Amino acid sequence: MPKTLFEKIWDTHVVRTIPDGPSILYIDKHFIHEVTSPQAFKGLEQRGLTVFRPGQVIATADHNVPTLNQHLPIKEELSRIQVDTLQKNCAKFGIELYGLGHPFQGIVHVIGPELGITQPGMTIVCGDSHTSTHGAFGTIAFGIGTSEVEMALATQCLMQHKPKLMRINVEGKLNKGVLSKDIILYIISKISASGATGYALEYAGSAIRSLSMEARMTICNMSIEMGARCGMIAPDETTFHYIKGRPFAPQGGDWDNALARWKTLFTDEGAWFDRELNVESSDIEPMITYGTNPGMGIGISGHIPGMQEIEEREKSSFEKSLHYMGLEAGAGIKGKKVDYVFIGSCTNSRIEDLRMVAAFVKGKQKAADVQVWIVPGSKQVEQQARAEGIDKIFEDAGFLLRQPGCSACLGMNEDKIPAGKYCISTSNRNFEGRQGPNARTFLASPLTAAAAAITGSVSDVRELM
Amino acid sequence: MRAFTTIASTAVPLNAENVDTDQIIPARFLKATSRDGFGKNLFRDWRYENDNESRPRKGFVLNDPAFHGRILLCAKNFGCGSSREHAAWAIKDYGFDVVVSSFFADIFKNNALNNFLLPVTVSESFLNELFKAVESDPSTGVTVDLAAQTITLDKKNGPALSEKFDINPYKKTCLLNGYDDIDYLLSMKDEIAEFENNRITSNI
Ligand code: SF4
Repeated sequence: MPKTLFEKIWDTHVVRTIPDGPSILYIDKHFIHEVTSPQAFKGLEQRGLTVFRPGQVIATADHNVPTLNQHLPIKEELSRIQVDTLQKNCAKFGIELYGLGHPFQGIVHVIGPELGITQPGMTIVCGDSHTSTHGAFGTIAFGIGTSEVEMALATQCLMQHKPKLMRINVEGKLNKGVLSKDIILYIISKISASGATGYALEYAGSAIRSLSMEARMTICNMSIEMGARCGMIAPDETTFHYIKGRPFAPQGGDWDNALARWKTLFTDEGAWFDRELNVESSDIEPMITYGTNPGMGIGISGHIPGMQEIEEREKSSFEKSLHYMGLEAGAGIKGKKVDYVFIGSCTNSRIEDLRMVAAFVKGKQKAADVQVWIVPGSKQVEQQARAEGIDKIFEDAGFLLRQPGCSACLGMNEDKIPAGKYCISTSNRNFEGRQGPNARTFLASPLTAAAAAITGSVSDVRELM
Repeated sequence: MRAFTTIASTAVPLNAENVDTDQIIPARFLKATSRDGFGKNLFRDWRYENDNESRPRKGFVLNDPAFHGRILLCAKNFGCGSSREHAAWAIKDYGFDVVVSSFFADIFKNNALNNFLLPVTVSESFLNELFKAVESDPSTGVTVDLAAQTITLDKKNGPALSEKFDINPYKKTCLLNGYDDIDYLLSMKDEIAEFENNRITSNI
C-alpha cells in the first residue's frame, strides 16, 4: 500500500497501540527549555523517577534570556531563577545543556537544525508549540505540554492519537519580494487560525522544493498557527546538503547508511490524504497581518475586510480585534506608521534572514523615529553575522544586532513593546499582549519588516527593491 | 482523589472566538517553577485595567458577580496558540473542572485532559443554547456526566436539553479512575527498551 511521508515515520515509531486508544510513540529527540520544564522535573522527583534516556534530551535557555550583556547575571529575579533551575536539573539528570555563554546556545528550534541534531525520519518533541519547525527536515515534530515533557523524560515515549493528514501543494515561481513567510501567512489567511486543527501537514509542490532549508523551516514553524499538530516537508538534496558536516550529523559510513534511509522518506504516489489544498505562488504578494490572530492576514496592497465581508457570528471577535489594533474595517494598511521593528524569533532569525535584511538595507538609513531590534536565533548565527560584517551594515543603517534569544517574540525578558505602540515583527504570533501588555503586532516577512524600518511605516518592499 | 465524577454546576459564559493561551495566562506569568497559584492570573489582561488588581475591567465575565461555577463555556477554537500547560493549570486552579466549546485547539485539549480538566466538545447549536440560557439566567444549571458522556442543560421553562459528547475510551477510563498516562507508560518500560533494541538505531 502506498504510504505518506508521515505514515512511514509514524509506523516505525509506534511501540504499541492501545485498542480504542492512543499509540505509544517512541521519541528520538526531546528538546527542553527553561519555561516548560521545571514542573516536569519536579514531577519526576516527586515520583522518585529519573530521566530514562538523558542522551536523547537537549537543553537550552532561550525564552527568558536578555539580548544585551548576556555575560552579566540575569537582572530579573524570576527569569534568573528559571534559568538556574534548568541548569541544576540538567546537571542532576545528566542532560547536555547549551546555556547562556555556550557557543551552541540559542532558540531551541534554531539550534536543533543548525547543529545537525534534527535529522530526517526522526520523532522530535519539545514543550513548545513551534517544534513543528523541525518538520522541514522530514521529521514528525510537535509541541507538547509540561505533563507530556515529564512523560517523555521518564519513558522517552508519549501517548499519541494518529492525526488526520493534509497535503498543501504550492506550485509555481514566487513573485518578486515574496518570501516563504509570505507563503505561510497566505496559507493561514486562507484556511484560518483553526483550519488545520487535528491534521498533520505535508507541504509539497515545486515552490516548496525550490526553497532553502531556512525558508522551509519558516513554513513548518507556523503550521501550529492554523492549529496543525505538525508540518513536514520530504527531505531532498537541499536537506542532505544542509545537514552534511554539521556537528551532530552522521559521519563516514554512518552518513552513507543514513542517507540511504533518508532517501526513502517521501510520500508514495497514490498515498491517501484526508484533505488536499492547492496554492498558486503567483497569487501571493508580500503579506501582513492586521488583527490579533495569525489568520488575519492580507496582501500588502490589499485592505482590511469590511464589516459586510465578515460572517455574523464572527463580527464581535473581529471588531474587538480591530479595536485592540486601533485599525478600521475596510481600510488599507500601507502607510500605517510603525514604532518598532523586530527581526527575530524561531520563525525568521536564521543567517539567511539576516543576510537578506542586510542586503536590502545596505546603504539605506532607518527612519528616525523607529526602534529596530535584530535578534539572531543563536550564538552561531550571531557569530556568523559578525564574521560576514552584517553587524556593520546594520550599524551603518542605524540598527543594532543583539544577542540570541526569544526576545520580543513573547516579551518574557526586557524586550517588550510598550502599550499602544505598533511593531512590525517577523515572529509568528500577533495575539493581544504577545509582545507586551497592549502592544500591537503586524506579522510580516523579514523584507517587509526591513522596508518598514527604512520608511517608518508599513510599506511594499517591491517598491524599494 | 482526583478521579472525575459527575459535575453539576452553574456556568460562566466567555463568548469570544479563538481565545489563545497567551490570553488565558500571559507569558510574564510563566516564570514560576511550580504548578500552583496560576488561577489568580487567569485571563489577567482581560480581567484588570493596566494590570491593576484594584481596577477590574467592567464587562469581563469573570468580574461579573452574577456568574460563577465549575463549568466554563467558551466559543470556537478555544486554547489555540502556545503549548503552555500553564493555561490548563490556571483554569483548573481558578476552580473550573469542565470547559465546553464547539472546537478546541489540539495541544490545549491534551493538556486539559492531563490535568483532569474535562474538555467537552458540543455542536454549535447546543453551544448556542447553552450560552443563551446561561447568559439570560446565570442560575441555570448544567450537568456533565462523564460516565454517560452527556451534557445536560436544565432549562427552567421546558424540558432539559441534553447532548452526547465524544471522549476517547482510554482517556475516559483514566479520568474516571484517576490514572494518568505516565503510570501507563512507566508500566511499559521493558517493552520500550526492547523496542529500542529492535530498531535501527544508527541515527540516534
Ligand atoms: S522565538 Fe517565540 S515562538 Fe519561537 S520558541 Fe521562542 S517564544 Fe516560542
